[in-house]
Amino acid sequence: MFAEERKMRNLMKYKIWYLVFSAVVILPGIVALLVWGLNMSVDFTGGSVFRYEFESGINPEDLRKVYLEKSIEVEAVVPESGNKYSVRTKPVEPQRNNEIKEGVSAVFPNSKQLSFETVGPSIGAETTRSAFVALSWAVVGIMVYIAFAFRNVPKPYSSFRFGVSAVVAMLHDALVLVGLFAILGHFKNVEVDGLFITAVLTVLGFSVHDTIVVFDRIRENLGKLPKVMDIEDVTNYSVAETLSRSVATSLTVIFTLSALYVLGGDTIKMFVLAMLVGIISGTYSSIFNAAPVLVLWEKYAAKKNK
Amino acid sequence: MFKNIYVRLGLISALTTLALLIVLPRTPIKMNNSFIGLDATIGGYNLELFGGKFKKDLRDFKKGLDLKGGIRIVLEADVSKIDAAERDNALESAKDVISKRVDLLGVTEPYVATTKSGDQHRILVEIPGLDNVTEAVNLIGQTAQLTFKQLKPENEWSEDKMFEYYTTPDSWENTGITGADLKGADVVVADQADIQNQGKPQIKLRFSNEGREKFSELAKKNVNKPIALYLDETGVPLSMPVVSADLAQGLTDDPVISGDFTFETAKSLSIQIRAGALPVPVKVLEQETIGATLGAESVQKSFFAAGVGLLLVVLFLIFRYGRLGILAGIALFIYSVLTLAIFKLFPVVLTLPGIAGFILSIGMATDANVLVFERVKEEIFWGKPKNLAIHLGFDRAWNSIKDSNVSSLITSFILFQFGSGPVKGFALTLAIGIVVSLFSSIFVVRTFIEFANVRGGKKNA
Repeated sequence: MFAEERKMRNLMKYKIWYLVFSAVVILPGIVALLVWGLNMSVDFTGGSVFRYEFESGINPEDLRKVYLEKSIEVEAVVPESGNKYSVRTKPVEPQRNNEIKEGVSAVFPNSKQLSFETVGPSIGAETTRSAFVALSWAVVGIMVYIAFAFRNVPKPYSSFRFGVSAVVAMLHDALVLVGLFAILGHFKNVEVDGLFITAVLTVLGFSVHDTIVVFDRIRENLGKLPKVMDIEDVTNYSVAETLSRSVATSLTVIFTLSALYVLGGDTIKMFVLAMLVGIISGTYSSIFNAAPVLVLWEKYAAKKNK
Repeated sequence: MFKNIYVRLGLISALTTLALLIVLPRTPIKMNNSFIGLDATIGGYNLELFGGKFKKDLRDFKKGLDLKGGIRIVLEADVSKIDAAERDNALESAKDVISKRVDLLGVTEPYVATTKSGDQHRILVEIPGLDNVTEAVNLIGQTAQLTFKQLKPENEWSEDKMFEYYTTPDSWENTGITGADLKGADVVVADQADIQNQGKPQIKLRFSNEGREKFSELAKKNVNKPIALYLDETGVPLSMPVVSADLAQGLTDDPVISGDFTFETAKSLSIQIRAGALPVPVKVLEQETIGATLGAESVQKSFFAAGVGLLLVVLFLIFRYGRLGILAGIALFIYSVLTLAIFKLFPVVLTLPGIAGFILSIGMATDANVLVFERVKEEIFWGKPKNLAIHLGFDRAWNSIKDSNVSSLITSFILFQFGSGPVKGFALTLAIGIVVSLFSSIFVVRTFIEFANVRGGKKNA
């Protein structure tokens, strides 16, 4: 069936273009990141968040005024789904919450405070630090593991290059996600919180998971296919073979995540969106970033050794 | 033993049944067999094994604050004045004290834990079902302080009144001796000189020189009367030892508290005394109130969504792989039940990110099946007979499955190690999910397929 035709496709012929496409997708995000930065939630900046539910739509300015009258600096009043609003402020003493609640009910009799949280800024700095530490260790751990698991690839290919290529693809996905949220943060007021870090790290895990399957096949074929085939042919062959699996697996994950996005609770919507985008990017990057980078690098190394 | 397909099928059914019982405990089942020493009640919301020695509350999943609502307080302990070697102990003691205070709130399932990151020593308090954060902070956010008290002069001591004095903080007065006078408290075993308590655990109080003087005076005045050790001046004293007659001349050695202790209770008391002996100032770093409505709605929706997602996955598998897909669907069901059972047994505190981790692990479980089935398709394409193709499919896909899952496990371990709060919950459910998924997608699916082939083969013959 399609196994016949898939061997006809020369996927690696356009390898440079895949990388160009990635660059085109990533660049706007990087620009947004540099110009606007990320819209950090209290998890990072420290401060207080009050969430309210109202019976009908309100004018957010009225809500803001309640806070201003009590000389509390409001950073944003963000509408959520339904008639819910969250108010982000500079840190507020918990003792003052009752006073604030009363102030809000005076203006909006049919309101309900859903939650109130205060995070000290000191924990914010540390959350960021611990996330970066986790990310760095994940990169090191994955590189070491791949270098170890692929230690038997035939010469002159090197398991180290497999590891680095996988990590390059993974960082691609991280950039796609962070860039997207920089853009969303500016235009849609979407915040980056602790859950976003979870999503990024998950996507990185998935991306490597996906890349390893492709690389595993390349390794297997390097030992099996005739020696006249160079790394590009072998990679092409292997990518074609694993393509339907990559698509099938990503589809199953995309099904579950789409269901969660459409039907799941509000609180995890952005988290699920981040995962959804990341999984799609991760699938793309395993085939169209990791493999081309590996091919280009191995070819370059072979040329240099001649 | 696992070569025999019926043994494997039996093992799978037994595990699944057990997991189902744990996940859906509706009616209690009493199991009693004196021959193998089994006396257990399963279901009915409580699991009791070995005559009550092993107990597990299986009423419900342990839900995190985001699902149940409540308050969360992070306390920072200032350990700068404490020897580096003693810091962990001090933090542990402070946690003990705070647990005691939280218990005073009379709430169910509070969660108190210590966390350390770098040189920051923290205590995390989560109290589900409470919404007055100010009251909670006032109650638990104070520094632990141990005080030694004696009975007020108007209160006569007699054994009959023990309970009354024990429960009435007002019957006591301060003596000026506090935790600051104490260097530590250790569990020791009574030596031979102490005939009455020989071999039993005791708690030895180690005073500073000045503290020893003061305590010596106090003991002389209170021979045959009790001294109360209060932590926090609230509730009941930690301990209320009666000064023995041989202390009438003052201290000759470090004083000991003896009584009907087991090593466990003695250790716990010494920890609590030490908590007062090493006052750890704490300050509130972070506090949140989380509305329960927020959780309930989200959870219901997310569980429903997860169900729909799972159904879609199964339909997709059947559409793409036919009969193999049905088997994978059944295995996916077994996988879900097993994982949920582990969540309940452990117990894993379920949070929204935790549920997300569980859902992602479903994806990874499916991936293992997809890898195998695609490989089987390929082998068939290359002209292998079907049975051999299935066999080869499992063998040859194993490398990819192993490498990809190990890398995911590495990621989840790193997340668990370095992440905080919700990230940790996510990593834990993901890791459990990956391990169970390997079992279900390899062992279970393979057994099913082989079983189907054995039966199919008989029919054809």
